[in-house]
Amino acid sequence: MRWTLLVCLSCFAAGVWAGDVGQIKAATGAVFLERQGERLPATLGMPVQESDTLVTGADGSAGVTFSDNSVLSVGPGSVLAIERYAFDSTTHNGHFDASLKKGTLAVVSGKMVKQSPDAMRVRTPSSIMGVRGTEFVVKVTEPGS
Amino acid sequence: MLVLVLGALVILGAIYAQPAPLEQPVVVLPSPVVQRPVVQRPLEETVVVLPSPDGHTGTVIVQRGGERHVLNRPFAASRLTGGQAEMVQLSDAEVRQSFGVALEALPARPTTFLLYFITATDELTDESKGELKKTLAALKQRAVPDIMVVGHTDTVGEPERNDLLSARRAERVKGFLIEIGIPGTQIQTAGRGERELLVPTADNVDEPRNRRVEINVR
Repeated sequence: MRWTLLVCLSCFAAGVWAGDVGQIKAATGAVFLERQGERLPATLGMPVQESDTLVTGADGSAGVTFSDNSVLSVGPGSVLAIERYAFDSTTHNGHFDASLKKGTLAVVSGKMVKQSPDAMRVRTPSSIMGVRGTEFVVKVTEPGS
Repeated sequence: MLVLVLGALVILGAIYAQPAPLEQPVVVLPSPVVQRPVVQRPLEETVVVLPSPDGHTGTVIVQRGGERHVLNRPFAASRLTGGQAEMVQLSDAEVRQSFGVALEALPARPTTFLLYFITATDELTDESKGELKKTLAALKQRAVPDIMVVGHTDTVGEPERNDLLSARRAERVKGFLIEIGIPGTQIQTAGRGERELLVPTADNVDEPRNRRVEINVR
């Protein structure tokens, strides 16, 4: 019993569970994480996983910190897919592919980009961005009337 | 006279030659939806490189089809408007206007604080006591901080004792963080003994900069 408790405590202390790659650090207005077909309201401290899609409503904005110390945020009316993410905290090798379908995105790249400049890629409907560091913003306005 | 008769005949002939209009069945078509040519706003995109708080500006390479834009100056932008891609120079104010809300939501950047200790103890130096206040104030500003506290020693004494001392230093600092209300579940600690010297020295060297705790927060 005591050991079970200890194991649970150390899981909590790890802050981020296995499979979790980041954490919601800011959420204002309507913010959701789409995960395996489910739409979960995003709250402060909520873990972010690979393959999650971060969605904000017309009044929403959100900020996420990742395990390699990358930081990003989205403004209102945004859809950002975290398509691939992996980071080795020993070697600092990894990869981070994100795709902004619409809205606004701000990015500060982290340790994996310092380690290997091709580690992070951000896509938009028309282009693909190679990130050599460190800070940039992206805006996508979908075709419409 | 003859001319007149001939003229009348030609006119009459022309009238009779007109084919009678054919009786057409009247078909009432459903009134068609008026398809006005919709002016579709095309896809628009902007990518802007920003200077870091330390003044350094990185590089972003935008690949759009066969076109490649290298952005490496503050507020240099690659823009797609009306199907046309171009490199433009934006201003800080223009970026604030378009990206203000997103930038406001950007979480505090992960960072590291250092605190130093009196030889062979888990007591902070007087200087670090002052630094501790600033550190705690900075940590309080962060939403759901995720903290790793790592203790270190100099090379004086036995490595095994230094392992324990470094762990005690880390735990001491964890205590300070809990006192200001940071949940213990968000704080991990580790003692690295004399394995990760900030200033490399030989064994048994009293080096104040190695007697430290690192607080890594994100």
